[in-house]
Amino acid sequence: MSFLEVLYFIVPSAIFYAAPLIIVAIGGVFSERSGVVNIGLEGLMVIGAFIGILFNLFFADTFGNATPWLALVAAMAAALLLSLLHAVASISFRADQVVSGVAINLLAIALALYLVKKIFGKGQTDFITERFGRYNVPFLQDIPVIGPMFFKSIYNTSILAIGIAILAWFVIYKTPFGLRLRSVGEHPMAADTMGINVSKMRYIAVMISGALAGVGGAIYAQTISGDFGHATINGQGFMALAAMIFGKWHPLGAMGAAIFFGFAQSLSIAGPSIPYIQEIPSVFLLILPYVLTILALAGFIGRANAPKASGKPYIKGNR
Amino acid sequence: MSNRTINLLVPVVSVILGLIVGAIIMLISGFDPIAGYMALWSGIFGDLYTMGETIRQITPYILAGLAVAFAFRSGLFNIGVEGQLIVGWFAAAYVGIAVELPKVIHLPLAILAAAVAGGLWGFVPGLLKAKFHVHEVIVTIMMNYIALHTTNALIKTVSGGGDRTEQIFASASLRSEFFANLTDFSRLHYGILVAVVMVAIMWFVLDKTTLGFELKAVGFNHNASQYAGMNVNKNIILAMVISGAFAGLGGAMEALGTFQYVSAKGGFTGIGFDGIAVALLGMNTPLGVVFGAVLFGSLKYGALNMPNAAGIPIEIVEIVIAVIIFFVASGYVIRLLLQRAAIKKEAK
Repeated sequence: MSFLEVLYFIVPSAIFYAAPLIIVAIGGVFSERSGVVNIGLEGLMVIGAFIGILFNLFFADTFGNATPWLALVAAMAAALLLSLLHAVASISFRADQVVSGVAINLLAIALALYLVKKIFGKGQTDFITERFGRYNVPFLQDIPVIGPMFFKSIYNTSILAIGIAILAWFVIYKTPFGLRLRSVGEHPMAADTMGINVSKMRYIAVMISGALAGVGGAIYAQTISGDFGHATINGQGFMALAAMIFGKWHPLGAMGAAIFFGFAQSLSIAGPSIPYIQEIPSVFLLILPYVLTILALAGFIGRANAPKASGKPYIKGNR
Repeated sequence: MSNRTINLLVPVVSVILGLIVGAIIMLISGFDPIAGYMALWSGIFGDLYTMGETIRQITPYILAGLAVAFAFRSGLFNIGVEGQLIVGWFAAAYVGIAVELPKVIHLPLAILAAAVAGGLWGFVPGLLKAKFHVHEVIVTIMMNYIALHTTNALIKTVSGGGDRTEQIFASASLRSEFFANLTDFSRLHYGILVAVVMVAIMWFVLDKTTLGFELKAVGFNHNASQYAGMNVNKNIILAMVISGAFAGLGGAMEALGTFQYVSAKGGFTGIGFDGIAVALLGMNTPLGVVFGAVLFGSLKYGALNMPNAAGIPIEIVEIVIAVIIFFVASGYVIRLLLQRAAIKKEAK
């Protein structure tokens, strides 16, 4: 394989693997920017994947081509509902946010598998028939080198993911809502004094993160796995969390990190057929995202500062 | 009601609420909750064999719970128990396979290897927390995945391309003929004794030594401990190493007692994450951890009987456990309700 052929193969596949990570990581950015740590992203993704597959299986005959998109909406709603549980616990009940997130993760996978066994009578669902389509961008695909790399037969979910990242950047940095969101996460008392409803902002942020994690999970299930079982999501949510930190709590940074992790994932799968890469043991590619995240946190790759109030419940009147 | 009673009531109320939620879910999904819980009960206490297996299941839960609780008492949240347990499992099995020694040396050596491996895995997040102020939660999560992939690769190498290693030598085994005869040939092994000794050690270290005092002080307030002349960084690292060592021992129980080998894993064992539940329910005290481990270990093992006896998926128990954690974490509200109830009673 020539170098260019390798690129034509690996770049679209990296973006393809990155799409769900981008969306879930953006969800994490919203939540953490408001001061709520959301370890539950993994569980929210699980519910999204489960509901997405379920909807797709039951309604494929009714909606035809539109099924995967409608499944995204259903998954979004389901994960949003589950994220409310995390919001109530960590914002109103002042629970430890990490513990509540762990509970969400355990609950989501257990609930999803319980329902799978109840509905299908076995450990995983059937395979879906309606999948997301591939898509050629007119004109742009004819550009030499870049065309085949970025614009030929790409998944429309990849476009959606990048669109969401740009939209999130605009919302967080260019709108009054975004300013309030960030202030609540940095110094909730100051924000409260200025008349911002801290609890309300945090509830909204957690719900956004839930909705996005649901969408991400449904995309993962409907593009990459095709069915739902106990190992479908298997750490993607934590990988998204890592992308959020590696991207320094910035939507576009998170997107970049997610694409990089997607690159590492596709390398670890496609690696054995690529010269040079095939000589690296795949375990190094598998652990690369996690090692990089630890290095990023330790400040070896520039300082990464979490939002100041992240992880602390806000109690009115407490200093 | 005194504060102490309320503190004790929160876990009890949480467990009851968890079981009620489980019953409601069974009802909604068309199962009979009474038959379900009966099946669970007989899955735990049904006969000698199941009782032996239940105690076997409790063993790693005690150690995982101790690991989480020990870190908690020093103000650290160790989500990495899962990863530390996996590396401990591998290390113990490796020592069990690689050499053949007299039992008095081999068994302690294999157990020690697990503790060292787990301790090392805890050392990394401890060091990063102490030196670079990196939050341990994220690092330990990442370390879990690194542990999973690395041990899988190592197992492949050790076994010559296979998915599981050979059996360990009998000289490194925790298997017990005495316990097996006692419990109708269950896999109950001497590990339960190791776990109980560790409970005592944790109690002794935390409550009777200067080290334990310092660890707890650091857990309460970094700055105050610093002013009092304690080495905060050293204590943070030490707490993570000890916590990791407990977790590694949990892995040794699986390697040397239950399975006698280590196999490549597609996902996590779940014992480490359940350890968080065990520690929370036990309010991070050694004795509390024993109660938490008995409850969750029994639930986990008893659940295996539910699909056969009542046709209910075992995941119902995981749901119950998750709900219990949720309620324990939201203890603030339960506490508030209990206090209000107490005040109302007094007013009457």
